[in-house]
Amino acid sequence: MRKTILTAALLCAAPAFFALPTLAETVNGLRTVDEFDGIEDQTERSVALFSEMMAVIEHPRCLNCHPVGDTPRQGMDMHPHVPPVVRGDADFGAPGMRCNTCHGEENFAFSTGEGSIPGHSPWQLAPIEMGWVGKSASEICAQLKDPARNGGKDMDALHEHNATDGLVGWGWEPGKGREPAPGTQEIFGQLTKAWIETGSACPEG
Amino acid sequence: MVSFELNGKDVSVDVPEETPLLWVLRDELQMTGTKFGCGIAQCGACTVMLNGMTRRSCVTPVSMVDGSSVTTIEGIDGPEAEAVQAAWEGLDVPQCGWCQSGQVMSATALLMEIPKPSDEDIDNAMAGNICRCATYVRIRKAIHDAADKLEG
Repeated sequence: MRKTILTAALLCAAPAFFALPTLAETVNGLRTVDEFDGIEDQTERSVALFSEMMAVIEHPRCLNCHPVGDTPRQGMDMHPHVPPVVRGDADFGAPGMRCNTCHGEENFAFSTGEGSIPGHSPWQLAPIEMGWVGKSASEICAQLKDPARNGGKDMDALHEHNATDGLVGWGWEPGKGREPAPGTQEIFGQLTKAWIETGSACPEG
Repeated sequence: MVSFELNGKDVSVDVPEETPLLWVLRDELQMTGTKFGCGIAQCGACTVMLNGMTRRSCVTPVSMVDGSSVTTIEGIDGPEAEAVQAAWEGLDVPQCGWCQSGQVMSATALLMEIPKPSDEDIDNAMAGNICRCATYVRIRKAIHDAADKLEG
């Protein structure tokens, strides 16, 4: 995995009399857990870890399938799904027009030009109570911890979901032409674990 | 080699596994009722039934249907399909006709799940089937007529 030293170029260019900025090491734009070791207060560290998780949660690759309404989004501009589709009773589309009318078990390259139709098994919307679009970090944090709004998960199950779920993981392997979510699923899982171990504190509203 | 059931008969084709099902249907099996429209699952002209559910054959690798049941416009039957085809004839729904096999497949699938669909049900089911002649008003009416006929 390519590691990026965000400040490397800045350091090279900075005049010697400037104070050296703190090094922030990221993997594909996501800070790793050890980057938060310097925050002594556990609650502050927990909030900081969740704020880093938000970089993933708020990425369009993830938000597009976590709408608060009945229409999935597409693309980095999060436009409404084309063709127009609806959530349906099981978050899997309408009778006659289910998600799997078009989406298959894996991405499938178009035979007529560039691009592909995304796919994974299963392929469906997150339930509406797990909608994130337009919500604050504080609201999403409270939602993630609430079994009534997270699919009945305790914190271990939530970690397991973030760290290993295949459809969540698709966000980092979306195929050519789509920007992946920041970091890796492994790091997202580690951030989730560290957030839980530090008390799963939420940012203030 | 990929083997599947097509309109009730076993077929096998020796093509690369990533070949779209639509290519196989039209070029290998001469089932040309299913049409190519866009190639990117945006128009619905290539709709078939895969194990009883609608599926865009232009974005379906043939390997995905190995061991499955595929029904095309040539083979679709049953009360819902018969009611749809009768209603289509009754209202002269098609104009150029290119999209109509896909429209019939989606309409039939809808009626199989919702025998008496509302306008909203029809819109939701048919939103992915584009008609360049804009026969949408007749399509909606024909689906209602088919539902009435099914209801008896």
